[in-house]
Amino acid sequence: MAPILELRGITKRFPGVLANDHIDLKLNKGEILALLGENGAGKTTLMNILYGLYSPDEGEILINGKITEIKSPNDAIEASIGMVHQHFMLIPVFTVTENVMLGEEYTQPGGLLDSSRAAKKVKEISNQFGLEIDPYTLIEDLPVGLQQRVEIIKLLFRNAEILIMDEPSAVLTPQEVEDLFKIMRSLVSKGKSIIFITHKLHEVMECADRIMVIRAGKVVGESTPSKADPKKLAAMMVGRPVELNVQKEEAKPKNTVLKVENLTIVNKNKKVEVDDISFDVKAGEILGIAGVQGNGQTELVRCLTGLMKSDAGRISILGKDTTHSDPRGITELGVAHIPEDRQKDGLVLQSLIQDNLVLNTYYKKPFSRGIVLQPEVIQKNAKELVEAFDIRTTGTAVPVSGLSGGNQQKVIVAREFSRPIKLLIASQPTRGLDVGSIEYIHRRLIEKRDAGCGILLVSTELDEVMQLSDRIAVMYRGKILTIVDADIVTKEELGLLMAGISTEISAKKRKPKKIREIVT
Amino acid sequence: MAKKNESEKKNFLNIFIEEISKSSLTIILLAIFTGLILGGILAASTTPAIYKAFGRSFGEGMYESLKLIWETYSSLFEGSFGNLSKMIAALFSGNAKTMESAFKPFLESLVVTTPYIFTGVAIALGFQAGVFNIGAEGQLYMGAIMAAWAGWTFKGLPPILHVPLALSVGTLFGALWGYIPGWLKAKTGAHEVINTIMMNYIAFNFSEYLIRGPFEDPTTPFKTPLIEQSAHLLRFFEGTTLRLHIGFVLAIVVSVLVWYILYKTTWGFELRSVGLNPHASRYAGMSSSMITILAMTASGALSGMAGAVEMLGVNFRQTQALSTGYGFDAIAVALLANNHPVLCIITAMLFGFLRHGSRVMQINTGIPIDIISILQAFIIFFIAAPAIIRSIYRLKEPKPALELEKTA
Amino acid sequence: MANKNLKDTIFEKDPVIRRQRIMGVIFLVIAAFIWFVFVRTTDPAIQTIFVMTPGGSVATIADLTFNTKAILRIITFLSTVLGVFQLFKGFGKYTNGVLGFEGILIIISFLAWGAAGGMVNVGGMLRIAIMRSVPIVLGAFSGILCERVGVVNIAIEGMMITGALVGSMFGSVFGLWAGVAAAIISGGLTASVHAMLSIKYKVDQIISGTIINIFTVGLTSYIVTKILQVVEWQYLNQSGFFPSFDLPFFSKIPFIGPILFRQNMFVYAMYILVALLSVALFRTKWGLRLRAVGEHPKAADTLGINVFRTRYLVVILGGMMAGFAGSYFSLGSLGYFEQVMSAGRGFIGLAAMIFGKWTPVGSLGAGLLFGFAESLSTNLSILRFPIPPELLLMVPYILTMVILAGVVGRSQGPAAAGVPYEKESL
Repeated sequence: MAPILELRGITKRFPGVLANDHIDLKLNKGEILALLGENGAGKTTLMNILYGLYSPDEGEILINGKITEIKSPNDAIEASIGMVHQHFMLIPVFTVTENVMLGEEYTQPGGLLDSSRAAKKVKEISNQFGLEIDPYTLIEDLPVGLQQRVEIIKLLFRNAEILIMDEPSAVLTPQEVEDLFKIMRSLVSKGKSIIFITHKLHEVMECADRIMVIRAGKVVGESTPSKADPKKLAAMMVGRPVELNVQKEEAKPKNTVLKVENLTIVNKNKKVEVDDISFDVKAGEILGIAGVQGNGQTELVRCLTGLMKSDAGRISILGKDTTHSDPRGITELGVAHIPEDRQKDGLVLQSLIQDNLVLNTYYKKPFSRGIVLQPEVIQKNAKELVEAFDIRTTGTAVPVSGLSGGNQQKVIVAREFSRPIKLLIASQPTRGLDVGSIEYIHRRLIEKRDAGCGILLVSTELDEVMQLSDRIAVMYRGKILTIVDADIVTKEELGLLMAGISTEISAKKRKPKKIREIVT
Repeated sequence: MAKKNESEKKNFLNIFIEEISKSSLTIILLAIFTGLILGGILAASTTPAIYKAFGRSFGEGMYESLKLIWETYSSLFEGSFGNLSKMIAALFSGNAKTMESAFKPFLESLVVTTPYIFTGVAIALGFQAGVFNIGAEGQLYMGAIMAAWAGWTFKGLPPILHVPLALSVGTLFGALWGYIPGWLKAKTGAHEVINTIMMNYIAFNFSEYLIRGPFEDPTTPFKTPLIEQSAHLLRFFEGTTLRLHIGFVLAIVVSVLVWYILYKTTWGFELRSVGLNPHASRYAGMSSSMITILAMTASGALSGMAGAVEMLGVNFRQTQALSTGYGFDAIAVALLANNHPVLCIITAMLFGFLRHGSRVMQINTGIPIDIISILQAFIIFFIAAPAIIRSIYRLKEPKPALELEKTA
Repeated sequence: MANKNLKDTIFEKDPVIRRQRIMGVIFLVIAAFIWFVFVRTTDPAIQTIFVMTPGGSVATIADLTFNTKAILRIITFLSTVLGVFQLFKGFGKYTNGVLGFEGILIIISFLAWGAAGGMVNVGGMLRIAIMRSVPIVLGAFSGILCERVGVVNIAIEGMMITGALVGSMFGSVFGLWAGVAAAIISGGLTASVHAMLSIKYKVDQIISGTIINIFTVGLTSYIVTKILQVVEWQYLNQSGFFPSFDLPFFSKIPFIGPILFRQNMFVYAMYILVALLSVALFRTKWGLRLRAVGEHPKAADTLGINVFRTRYLVVILGGMMAGFAGSYFSLGSLGYFEQVMSAGRGFIGLAAMIFGKWTPVGSLGAGLLFGFAESLSTNLSILRFPIPPELLLMVPYILTMVILAGVVGRSQGPAAAGVPYEKESL
């Protein structure tokens, strides 16, 4: 039987980059194919071609054995292909129904929209495939996990047979990821076929029927979960043997550098983002905050760094009360911050690398004397940092927008690390980066910790939090559910906490048997 | 970057042409050139005599059109610069009177340029900080009328005190006119484009009220009193009809000062940062709202200074408020100069010379001075969308200098 | 989380609370002003008469007579209450309505005081207010169309001026309706330039709008000077204007009849357009897609909607609306074209759009308020109000700024407005 989808020799070039290099791919009906590769490997480009957002320079697409031209999303939709993007394509101020029917609207005889008929259809689909949702809610009022369901319903509304899912687990708790896998299996049991893109090995092992590994635009390996070995897959993804675990020594925490007491933040819609939390970070340790995006971590970090005001509670850094301090005051105490959104908060993209490297120190000696800038000093500083942090660039007087994501992050890290710092707040420090950059940043974080800095690590990547942290706190709906030592807690326990199911982590290494059973 | 596999026998000429076609200076010159052509076509197509000529024959029509266009632009040129041969002859003659009349167009153009330099720098400063100051006109008005007030109210002061006093009063009111929309933007988020335009209308009407009411000269209606002699700005050629005054020098000094502050000091670093990315700037400890307010205030102050300088150097009294178009012209000046304060001097000269020359042009050919606004619009149009110029003249696009990020 | 574009400005203190406090203070200041300037100076015996029927109408209702000082006291009290409430609690999403109400209070107080001891024809004023509001409301509609699809359009003023001139010229030669048609077309053509610059060439939309404003003002002045002021061509600028007429039956309704239904074509068109636009935007397929493109163009793109084409078409439609709005000045009011006829109404229309939260009905309300403020200015000068006419002319502009300061700002508008759409990698 012909595969339901086949890609032959797909090639795509961008200026200076060969994103897809003669890629062949087959998808059989009713199977889940995982496309595995690190950030930047070419997976999303390939799927964008399949969905008609790009056109390939060479190669062809065959649906059910017939060559099909896909020049736009409309063509893809015609060919029964649907895509759930990594960043949701949902309009926050519209309802579920409006988002689902956009582009394929139901109308009444007069020409007006027929929202009730469409809502009925949405309810039908949601019941048929186990995707519970209320068709009349506004998207902005839905949690992220439910928003994803709306994306899937969008595809089913258009009778998609081939579903592409791009990094679907990025915004979900481990439990929600389980639910997602259940939904995916339900879909294929009803005859749908799924391609799912990820860079997470364990998901692939759990969920896929077949695995394809892509690196630097080429297919470098195919396998199935039963035959595959995670270490070999990782090596194929990166092109060299990969150390899956970060090497680190035991932490030696000393004095408290950050103390948060009963912190509460209420946003302007009266929603409580951070709810009476308390914790501390000591010099020489890494406290990791685990939790799914949207549980108050962003607000917490903005408040700690002076960008947002709290409504109650106290923050002290190195003994000084910084509850009402502004960003500069906090920085001058010896605090560094790697922001979550590096392009928006961390860098001035159009400015030169050397200027970005002094973005929060330009007003101090030796970078300026009084109000007069000292360009030679700034440039020398930039040259040294580029060297020390291995930033790949053609020069220091070049706008930072020209660098790759990994190198841009290195600029931020270089800037923050080049001052004497006692506390580092790192938010999603390796989001969207390639494996090499991830390893580099992890190493530097451990180095800093060993040099006596206290680090607050906020990350939605549970693996990262578990590998790097000495202690782990879990945030859920603005509260900290628990703070535990990293080496005695399991991923499953963290997952339950992240989903709001509070469990007691026993002080001894005994793990509750029940949870074990659920997972296996 | 992939190099093409052709022989590297590109000779010097090819490389030169390629570089020229990529350079932005070329774009600017071509934009001006194309604008002039389009302006010429407009002039020709709205002159009934041309149609009559075409009615007689195509050749005659073309001849008349080209003649009109030539006359228009040459009188524009002569009005702005003067006649080159006359100027050379006058230099050799050494006669003061002949020199005066030969160089008058050029020197008078500099007088017209002066307020453009101030307002251009004002707008450029605003743009660099991320604010659109469309209120230069209103700020200029307030600067002018209040400087006039300071000029006639204080009697018996020596010039060394009176001039700076009057200038300061004008500048202060311009600053106020910029401060208000700036504050509103910082504290309430109200968009400065609409607010600065509203402030313009408020300034016109308020000036009108002042001229007809409390500030009216009891001896002549609808005019303010003449300012005291001690408030006059020094003229370089006192005793002649040449009006070039020290305000011109002040404009140059101010623009260099603004350049220095913008690019060589920490204040300028902050301002430009906030303009490019207010989020990252806040994160880095800078105060975006304070910069916004400061930038709008400074921008207003500079425009106010423009008005004050015009008043003390040229007008000496305020008559009925007439929209001068400085506000929009200043935007053109700033955009053409890519918001660089010192380059504003040059682009200001372009527009100042055009404006001054257009008066002669209107007298000689009957083409209204409004054609300058149209020319301006064309020029900014082409500068804002260089791709259009490139496709008209089949120029090459400059290659992106750095490797683009790989897509996943 | 929505990706906000870098042009959003962020400021340390929450602007919403600050805005609310500022508004509260302003209400209290107004209350104080009314008390000290109006109430104190009014003789307790004086009465004001509000004549409630516009001159020359068929249906009449009784005049409203009341004690001036009493009314002013009531208004002071109301304003104080509103001010205190706003200062400490805030009206939340009703703020705009309350702001409008306060505006009405201010106007009534000015009228009552200015006409103390005499009478003022409120009916007539309202009728004129509706007329005055037409270009502002239609301008707001143009703004709504463009911004809802994601393109900021500050060139409404320029499109209006062009419409006024073209309308007058074609109207003089080919008749009023031809003039209107020509004005609409000219608005569309002008808008297509703005669309091309901002959509295709991704020029900053404010700059693109400014270019159009400079060009149109220059071009219209040029044509007036070069052609229309020349004696033999003066006939090109004598179009005349659409007369007012009674809408049968409706105009006989007491009080509102003569005010709403004795108007000219433009006003009736405005009534129809409010309904049409509201339904089209919020209840049709076309409207849903339009709004999607303005909120999240990438989402619309992935569902097969052509973002560029939608934006082009809607911006041109917006331009046609602006051209129509402009033709009101010459063909609906003055009867010929005069330089700077529009006097900033295009920009006030944008303020009305923001005040009306980007909805047609909201803009209608906001536009009426501005129109009322304008007609108040002219009336006050007739009433020998002790404030010079030039200062009164400033009222609409000051009112615009006050409203912009008080209303919830751009953050409530279409999320993707002002950002050129880049069809690049996801």
